[in-house]
Amino acid sequence: MNLEKVIFAFFIVLALTVNFGFFIGDITNPIHHNVYELFAAIVVSLIATILKFGDRTHIGAVLLATSLVADLQLIVAAIIWGFVEHVSPNGMTPHAMAAIVSLSGGALLANITSVVLLVTETVMVRR
Amino acid sequence: MRGHNIIFVLLRRLHSPLIALVCVYAICILGFVLIPGVDDKGQVWHMDFFHAFYFVSFMGTTIGFGEIPYAFTGGQRMWSTFSIYATVVVWLYGIGFLLTILQEPGFVQLLGQTSFLRKVKRIREPFYLVCGYGDTGSKLVKALTESDITSIVVEVDQDRINILELEDHRIFVPGLCADASIPDSLLMAGLKHRSCIGVVALTNSDEVNLKIAISCALLNPGVRVIARAETQDAEKNITSFGTSQVINPYETFAGRLAMSLHSPGTFLLHEWMTSVPHEELTEPIFPPHGKWILCGYGRFGKAVHKRMIKENLDVTIIEAKPEKTKAPGDVIVGRGTEAITLQNAGIENAVGIVAGTDDDANNLSILMTAGELNPDLFMVARQNSRSNDAIFSAAELDLIMRRGSIIAHKLFALMRTPLLASFLDLAREQDETWANQLISRISGIIEDKPPHSWEINISKEEAPAIYDRLQAQESVILRSLYLDPQDRSLNLPCIPILLRRRNNDNLLQPDENTPLEPGDRILFSGRRRAQDMTQWLIHNPHVLNYILTGEEHPSGYLWRLLTMAKHNKGTVEQPR
Repeated sequence: MNLEKVIFAFFIVLALTVNFGFFIGDITNPIHHNVYELFAAIVVSLIATILKFGDRTHIGAVLLATSLVADLQLIVAAIIWGFVEHVSPNGMTPHAMAAIVSLSGGALLANITSVVLLVTETVMVRR
Repeated sequence: MRGHNIIFVLLRRLHSPLIALVCVYAICILGFVLIPGVDDKGQVWHMDFFHAFYFVSFMGTTIGFGEIPYAFTGGQRMWSTFSIYATVVVWLYGIGFLLTILQEPGFVQLLGQTSFLRKVKRIREPFYLVCGYGDTGSKLVKALTESDITSIVVEVDQDRINILELEDHRIFVPGLCADASIPDSLLMAGLKHRSCIGVVALTNSDEVNLKIAISCALLNPGVRVIARAETQDAEKNITSFGTSQVINPYETFAGRLAMSLHSPGTFLLHEWMTSVPHEELTEPIFPPHGKWILCGYGRFGKAVHKRMIKENLDVTIIEAKPEKTKAPGDVIVGRGTEAITLQNAGIENAVGIVAGTDDDANNLSILMTAGELNPDLFMVARQNSRSNDAIFSAAELDLIMRRGSIIAHKLFALMRTPLLASFLDLAREQDETWANQLISRISGIIEDKPPHSWEINISKEEAPAIYDRLQAQESVILRSLYLDPQDRSLNLPCIPILLRRRNNDNLLQPDENTPLEPGDRILFSGRRRAQDMTQWLIHNPHVLNYILTGEEHPSGYLWRLLTMAKHNKGTVEQPR
């Protein structure tokens, strides 16, 4: 067992699970989507990205790319949330909530890809 | 050689500070969101993520702006205090880490390599790869850049690379600090680059030069290799790869000295034709025949001795360690720096002395002592290091053999125009009168700078105007190539010194009425300005037409139509 691999896999899977937790629920209903969960998703996703830096294999490059996609989607979601809460005069609307959640849904797909790649790599190593 | 991506290397090394930064920020932000505050109406208020991120961002970097949007409670202030220390420490850690990495010798080297690779990749024009940037290498690179030939330097000593970077060359010369005997370094420096036309191996080790020649022969068989070899073994070894040319500094050196002794005219011609740009014009010298004294019987001494015996000169050798150097029996033992040794060698009735030891200070000391004993001596010095230029020049010697500069000159002549090397070979076979005549012809057209030589190829690419005329079965004579495009009654300040036909027939100093043929290659010698003029007339059909006929044809369509109308009316254009 390799501690580095454990931490690596932990963050990648955690990024997916937290992201999923935020995503699940009625897409327009703010009550179903916890802001703390979005915050956690961003932080975990950033850490996962940093952990992926420097792996120069092909699979490493793809992992880094998926992580960057997830970061991008989540940060844009957070910016929209901040904008509608503090800048926009209307406050939170179902429309804005749907945009935020669908962005996190995109990040979820990227995170799923990451996990699939991770599992594939693990399987290949075992063989 | 695989390129490294600097950004990725840097990011991989920065793993821990970056993760620490993200974690500390996350904890601080979360703390501000969770800790309850009080708003302006005295009600419990929770900071949201947006404000928490805003507050932590400016707090971590500036510690300013105050408590927003409402004044903080005690709990919030306590958390702020913690956050200030945590973020400042984590920033210091991250920045300190980054600076340490940037200063690491390994990383600095990686940075240098990456930028070098990028520069090499960007080169489009043909270039030479020069291995070794010592006395010879630096002189050669300077001469090449002055003639607009690109070169790349590989040198094992970082100090010399630093010197290269500080020098002010006309063209930028990329330098790589690497061991040229490792094929990877040569590959990095562009051995397989499609613009690489030649490799010059000038390191002080024969072994390294041999290794370079082998690497080139195997990795890029078409490339031209010129290697320096100090021993005959290495010389033979390197020539066995076919494409390589070898230069032995001692032999070249001794050959030049012998040439100056038996044919000063040819020697001067050599010096002129192989001189590098911006050098002073060498004055002719006339070494006397008679008894010579040779100090030092090392590799240089042996080569000189061999040539002097060939010239039927009476040579007395002075050598400090005759057993070690296997000097012949009648050698005078000593260093030659003391008067007594020189007197034993018969300095009073000698006509010349060669100070040829490998120690510059000893060489000068020998010559100064000898000069006191016999002021009429013809004094030849061997100068080993370029750093002693000043004192050797001040000593007012008759002939100074600078090792680095002789080899650099020879290489430069070989590399600039292949025809020049053939010309020098042919010139060596001619007699002294021929050489003197050519010298007087050349000195008639040049000023105080040595002659510049260049080559003209009568081909479709390099001389389209001439080539088209020849294809149209019109005859063009050699003289047309060096008439002044501004006034055809004058000659340009240059002369053709060698014409090589397509079938490799060589015409030395060809007659001005020789008809040109496609595929001819002509070597010109003269002033630099003349080269630009000849380039103009071999490229531009209108200029060529003026040169050949004296008429200036209108070049635009409209003007051509107008003149045709004029012609039809019966008026004839007056030739200029």
